[in-house]
Amino acid sequence: MKVFVSSDTASLALGSRRIAALLAEEASRRGLALDIVSTGSRGLFWLEPLVEVETGEGRVAYGPLEPDDVAGLFEAGFQEGKEHPLRLGQLEDQPYLARQTRRTFARCGIVDPLSLADYQAHGGYSGLERALLLEPLAIVDEVKLSGMRGRGGAGFPTGIKWNTVLHAEADQKYIVCNADEGDSGTFADRMLMEGDPFALIEGMTIAGLAVGATKGFIYIRSEYPHAYRTMTEAIRVATEAGCLGSSVLGSGRAFTLEARLGAGAYICGEETSLLESLEGKRGMVRAKPPLPAVHGLFGRPTVVNNVLSLATVPWILTHGGQAYADFGMGRSRGTLPVQLAGNVKRGGLIELAFGTTLREVIEDFGGGTATGRPIKAVQVGGPLGAYFPASMLDLPLDYEALAAEKGLLGHGGIVVFDDSVDLSRQARFAFEFCAAESCGKCTPCRVGAVRGVEVMDRIIAGIEPEKNFTVLEDLCTLMTDASLCAMGGLTPVPVMSALTHFPEDFDTVPRTPAAAE
Amino acid sequence: MPKPAQWDSTLASAIIAAHSSLDGAALPILHALQDEFGHIHEDAVPLVAQALNLSRAEVHGIVTFYHDFRRDPAGHHVLKLCRAEACQSMNGARIASDLLATLGISWGETTPDGHLTVEGVYCLGLCACAPSALFDGEPIGRISSETLADVVQQARAQ
Ligand SMILES: Cc1cc2nc3c(=O)[nH]c(=O)nc-3n(C[C@H](O)[C@H](O)[C@H](O)COP(=O)(O)O)c2cc1C
Ligand code: SF4
Ligand code: FES
Repeated sequence: MKVFVSSDTASLALGSRRIAALLAEEASRRGLALDIVSTGSRGLFWLEPLVEVETGEGRVAYGPLEPDDVAGLFEAGFQEGKEHPLRLGQLEDQPYLARQTRRTFARCGIVDPLSLADYQAHGGYSGLERALLLEPLAIVDEVKLSGMRGRGGAGFPTGIKWNTVLHAEADQKYIVCNADEGDSGTFADRMLMEGDPFALIEGMTIAGLAVGATKGFIYIRSEYPHAYRTMTEAIRVATEAGCLGSSVLGSGRAFTLEARLGAGAYICGEETSLLESLEGKRGMVRAKPPLPAVHGLFGRPTVVNNVLSLATVPWILTHGGQAYADFGMGRSRGTLPVQLAGNVKRGGLIELAFGTTLREVIEDFGGGTATGRPIKAVQVGGPLGAYFPASMLDLPLDYEALAAEKGLLGHGGIVVFDDSVDLSRQARFAFEFCAAESCGKCTPCRVGAVRGVEVMDRIIAGIEPEKNFTVLEDLCTLMTDASLCAMGGLTPVPVMSALTHFPEDFDTVPRTPAAAE
Repeated sequence: MPKPAQWDSTLASAIIAAHSSLDGAALPILHALQDEFGHIHEDAVPLVAQALNLSRAEVHGIVTFYHDFRRDPAGHHVLKLCRAEACQSMNGARIASDLLATLGISWGETTPDGHLTVEGVYCLGLCACAPSALFDGEPIGRISSETLADVVQQARAQ
């Protein structure tokens, strides 16, 4: 019998390895031959750890499992997909999955991440095969037609970026994948690299063909050791099979890849800081222009794209740019892998067409808070994103709609907070985080963040509130206008949104006598 | 966790040489040194500088820029606790400060018996099972004060 258990880091964090070991033990005790396939996760984390078993009617899932449940599964006959209190049926029938539109994540959690045969059996490498028949400009045009905007946060159209690199003259060009995924509340890049690494490899190879680059790097944050190992191993497998190397799929066109580890610096997710880091330097942000597309890694024209942007390219090439563009709203085309996290009952990965509202995501998918208390705030788009109150949950997931409310979509992370959160503390944290992670190159950010913490401390203590609110607003204006990059430039977003939407938490009356000293 | 090797400049030079032909070799070299010796020994700095044709000050600047690189050995075990927003929303800050108070240490410090170093990190990508931690590189989700008490006990036992 064949069962599937996820070894995604989040699944491991919930105990999937122990479940797999117990399944193996119990099977051998019963003299049953058990084949355990290690997959990525489907992203339904509240049901994990879970096991899926292959039956005549597809894969039947059981979960969430405790170690004590394993023997009972065998007793109940889960081998044949029989009844058990934890039987979930096919995961595809769970409304949480059935209501999604999985494009980028079509294979994640289903295939064996390191099996090329499995990847190809599920449509893998059909995008590259098509790309090999096209002129570089035609590949770029297909990506342009898809309307896909970069998923790393800035939302710049991917096809337009590629076009610049295609037309830059140079002896060497590079494809750099940004897998630094530092935003709290986000984990889609990690899941994809652990669950479907060949999709990223294929996407980067197509990017290489499109712009004329023969070498690529994947810069993975060091907080993701499992993703790094999976990616490194997948690159080795792809290279051995001739999918990477001096003649990709026998085409005579070269493309090679290397995975590199970051070293614990949020700012290295900013593309120019990342390039400095890849070059072996401190991750100091570079002034733009020149753009990396013109003057990037080692001074050469470089495509820098997020994991999700690149991993979506094979789908676009296989199905056509128009098929991708058919989903979405306004200028936000295609699908967005939403990451629902924090204080929420059913957190996980939810890939949806743009335009879905925050409420649908948090209430319909998420089922409200984990603690059962009322939702007070949601932070959308990572640590540089806005805090919105429960009254604004009808906002759609759309770059422009969130920008109009002084927020941002970022990398698609949504963090839910219940009514125990104090937004003045969150505003303070935004400055604290910026102070800890600033690269230090420009004064508004380096000094401003430290000042911000001090000012928030005074406001929280109720010291000279009038004066300190003025200082706070001036500081935010300065950081917004004069920072060299979006780290300092966007730190005021969470701060000002907290102040605008939750003024009661900035109550100037001292809370405790001690705090007013 | 395997015990880090004692500083050995011949071994260090071999590690540096094995990586120095990479493009932008500094980070791969520093990671490899730290994997071997548990931290970046001060005598490693001139060796790296020489191999990469950099000044010592430049190498020092690189080592200090990145949070990962330690200049002193850590405890026998390392617990990394997430301090970012999704984990805050699930009471992570309180759980962390209680642990630090119990151990009598601050962020980044090691217990006096040398068994456990506790470090803060900003997000482990485990935000849908918050609050979360890494213990000697292994992920733990939905942590509570009880889970952490077990971790401390494990750390002290070995
Ligand atoms: C402070 C800061 C952190 C960032 N972190 C990331 C990150 O972790 N991952 C990412 O893909 N982009 C990140 N970005 C955005 C990148 O600078 C860049 O826009 C992106 O990698 C381009 O790829 P895309 O067009 O595919 O989104 C960050 C930007 C800033 C200012
Ligand atoms: S805004 Fe902050 S992170 Fe960005 S360049 Fe200036 S100091 Fe560095
Ligand atoms: S915010 Fe704690 S794991 Fe992401």
